[in-house]
Amino acid sequence: MKTERINDFVLKIANVNGSGSASANSLLYKSIHHSGIPVSAKNIFPSNIQGLPTWYEIRASAEGHVSRSPRVDFFIAMNPRTIAEDIASVSPGGYFLYDSTRPLNKELMRNDVTFLPIPLAELSVEAFPDVKVRMLMKNITYVGAAAAFLNIELSILQTLLNETYARKPSLAEANMKAITMSHKYASENFTCPLPVRVERNETVSNSIIITGNGACALGCIYAGATVTGWYPITPATSIINVFGQLCQRFRRDADTGKLNAAIIQAEDELAAVGIGIGAGWCGARAFTPTSGPGLSLMNELIGFAYFTEIPVVIFDVQRVGPSTGMPTRTQQCDILPAAYASHGDTKHILLLPANPEECFYFTVQAFDMAEHFQTPVLVLTDLDIGMNEWITPRLSWDDNYKPDRGKVLSAEELEKIEKFYRYLDDDGDEIAARTLPGVHPKGSYFLRGSGHNKYGQYTEKSAEYIEVVDRLRRKVQSSAKTLPPPIIETAENKYGVITVGGCHLAVKEALAELAKDGIKLDYMRIRGFPFSPQAEEYIDAHERCFVIEQNRDAQLRSLLILETRAKKSQLVPILEYGGMPLDAQAVTAKLRGAIQKEISQ
Amino acid sequence: MSFNQKPKVAHPSVTKNKEGLTRRDYEGALSTLCAGCGHDSVTAAIIHAIWELSLPPHRIAKLSGIGCSSKTPTYFASDAHGINSVHGRMAAVATGASAANRDLILIGISGDGDSLSIGLGQFAHTARRNVNMLYILENNGVYGLTKGQFSASADVGSQLKKGEKNPFGPIDPAQIAINMGASFVARSFSGDKAQLVPLIKAGLSHYGFAFIDVISPCVSFNDHESSTKSYMHTRENIHEAAHIDLIRDAQTITADYQEGTTKALTLHDGSRLILDKIDTDFDPTDSIRSLTYIRDCARKGQVATGLLYIDRDSIDMHDHGRICDTPLVELPMETLIPGNAALQKFQDILH
Repeated sequence: MKTERINDFVLKIANVNGSGSASANSLLYKSIHHSGIPVSAKNIFPSNIQGLPTWYEIRASAEGHVSRSPRVDFFIAMNPRTIAEDIASVSPGGYFLYDSTRPLNKELMRNDVTFLPIPLAELSVEAFPDVKVRMLMKNITYVGAAAAFLNIELSILQTLLNETYARKPSLAEANMKAITMSHKYASENFTCPLPVRVERNETVSNSIIITGNGACALGCIYAGATVTGWYPITPATSIINVFGQLCQRFRRDADTGKLNAAIIQAEDELAAVGIGIGAGWCGARAFTPTSGPGLSLMNELIGFAYFTEIPVVIFDVQRVGPSTGMPTRTQQCDILPAAYASHGDTKHILLLPANPEECFYFTVQAFDMAEHFQTPVLVLTDLDIGMNEWITPRLSWDDNYKPDRGKVLSAEELEKIEKFYRYLDDDGDEIAARTLPGVHPKGSYFLRGSGHNKYGQYTEKSAEYIEVVDRLRRKVQSSAKTLPPPIIETAENKYGVITVGGCHLAVKEALAELAKDGIKLDYMRIRGFPFSPQAEEYIDAHERCFVIEQNRDAQLRSLLILETRAKKSQLVPILEYGGMPLDAQAVTAKLRGAIQKEISQ
Repeated sequence: MSFNQKPKVAHPSVTKNKEGLTRRDYEGALSTLCAGCGHDSVTAAIIHAIWELSLPPHRIAKLSGIGCSSKTPTYFASDAHGINSVHGRMAAVATGASAANRDLILIGISGDGDSLSIGLGQFAHTARRNVNMLYILENNGVYGLTKGQFSASADVGSQLKKGEKNPFGPIDPAQIAINMGASFVARSFSGDKAQLVPLIKAGLSHYGFAFIDVISPCVSFNDHESSTKSYMHTRENIHEAAHIDLIRDAQTITADYQEGTTKALTLHDGSRLILDKIDTDFDPTDSIRSLTYIRDCARKGQVATGLLYIDRDSIDMHDHGRICDTPLVELPMETLIPGNAALQKFQDILH
């Protein structure tokens, strides 16, 4: 008798990229969600358009642990070229569904894995004589067999297909035909369902499915952003794709068909951020989405905007670096380069969301903070958050929201004042009022990235220069109290963990795992930089903190050492940087080892 | 440079424009460029042109990058907004400014280092997008602020002060601008104010990317005998393809134009461009003939000047992107943020 894994399993699908498997895999993912089970999905794809292997991982967990797990309970093999490694990847006791139209090499078989041969291609040939249709239905066919084995209700699949193809009922019908056909075959030839299966929960959460990039784009709409300069780069491009679609929905004048937004594809990231800065200077809420290589290129102009105090929002959907790195793999490797982007003394406000929900709300906050503090604000997400589709609590919007446009003098205000000086902070909050071009003759001033004094005049005088850059330091530092505070869960344990962004699911799962063995750790997730005083207090309150992050050089830890009272010895790095979304098993093992080391010392 | 700032007080008899401003009102800070620098003459021509056009100074946004040329915006229209950005990136900043507020009058000033080396890509793509702005390139063939290195517009064989010869051919910004899709391309000489002022006025009246390459000699590093960007060399080799005048507001044409060699073009804002003394084999509305003309002149060692190309029907970046007519900065936030009801409705499809 095999171990039952009800509502707690990992389903992995191997495909060839460019074969149109996305809709089939997404259907399986959504059907588990609609069965009322917490679930997540990861698209593990190559930096390529067609022909290379790609995998899709779905993890269902009744307990809600949906970080990536390396275990595989049910495998669907649709890529003959990776079949050997795919078989090897299945966890003992797991199942392996493959297309038996062509025989499987017996040498690859394993005794501890149950093989489920389904003649998918053969079935398709019978059901769809038209080659074109058959090609389209190639991937959807396995959904039916998988549904039979995993106990996913056909009615759920039918409902989802009807919604997806609301405008093309014939496609919904053809898809359902393919699904029913293989479902029938599996049911007739095997004992269905398997011990690894779904058991439907009647209450389906009122959640949405959205990518982090989609949520950022939605945030830009709700922040009232109107200008973006952008350059295509994986994994950030879909922010623009979605923003463009949202503009068609929310920003199009019904009469003229014209858009209340400018979406400008730039020639490179230098121009992309330059466009954002030019627009920010003129008073528009402007943004640019990018990833590591783009951030490197933007550095000079980020320093310009910092020194001249122009608001702009930059999204960095982090991917594996350095250099081109692994463009379709995830990492948190731009924390330090973002915090201190550009030459000279600079420091920037960072927002560090962990999921699409935070992507949405933090994006709106990023625009408020950029205009309030008159400086670039960087929103750091990563490929895992940005490109994967996440089950996310429904977003809500406060209709009383008033954007914080910061100190901007209107024509009426300018009319009243005697003379305007751009960098004169007259109320001690470290922020000087700005004016926008075209508003009033009295608001005119000359903005320069060269040395300037508090009146905005060119200077090479030490004292005048220092006065300005010291205020800039205090200004950015003062943003700490506006930033989202760290999430802290403490029971006054001796040891604590500190983590950031998309690590949180795996870290929380690891803590739950360790708690079962009586190892109790406190938890803090940093959500903004400059760090909140609460972060410092948390570190003070612990003998040791394990800083868990996804990069080689412990960038968050370094930043904490640089910017808080924390001593090096207080912060122990726990690092995962192979490019895969963080998995709880690895974190658990590393934490366990690190704690044992602490105890033995 | 000069150290004596003139007081900004004008005699009551001084002519005022429609804005009630004198020419002095369009001046800027005292130039810190070398005495005799061509760029200061360009500044004077800009002041003259914007005064004649009666532009409200605060509606002007002056933009530049880095280099001697990029200091120019400080020296005119001190009541205008100015932005001195980073090297080679003025074009992108101008693109963003135009995107945000299409009603601003954008005047970008750049140089041959700023536009043809470090900023060549941005220059080309801004022309290609046909961003509605006037873009003046003060072209002296040399890096001045870093004390005399060849720039990308230096002619092959031209020499530095110490005798070093330039092995590379020059990049002609006018030809690049035409090829990249700029809709107004002209060339002039800082020493020829009679030609330059009408060109600046026409460029400001044109809808789209108006580019003027101004040969503007560097007296400190590139005004010697073996230079091809010197005052002497430029004066001797200038070849005006057509002289232009800009006629606004149904003003009667008083000049005496010779029949057969005059052509009138109506611009987007209703003003008329009179092209006079046109070379018979030249047509500024035909980009291919225009390019051939420029290259023919260059082969003869001549510098083709005047209005070189114009496309009056061009559409700018906003038209291409179907961006609304109201400047984006003027749209109230309430109209931009869809609200909670719309958010809930939108989310109904996200599952």
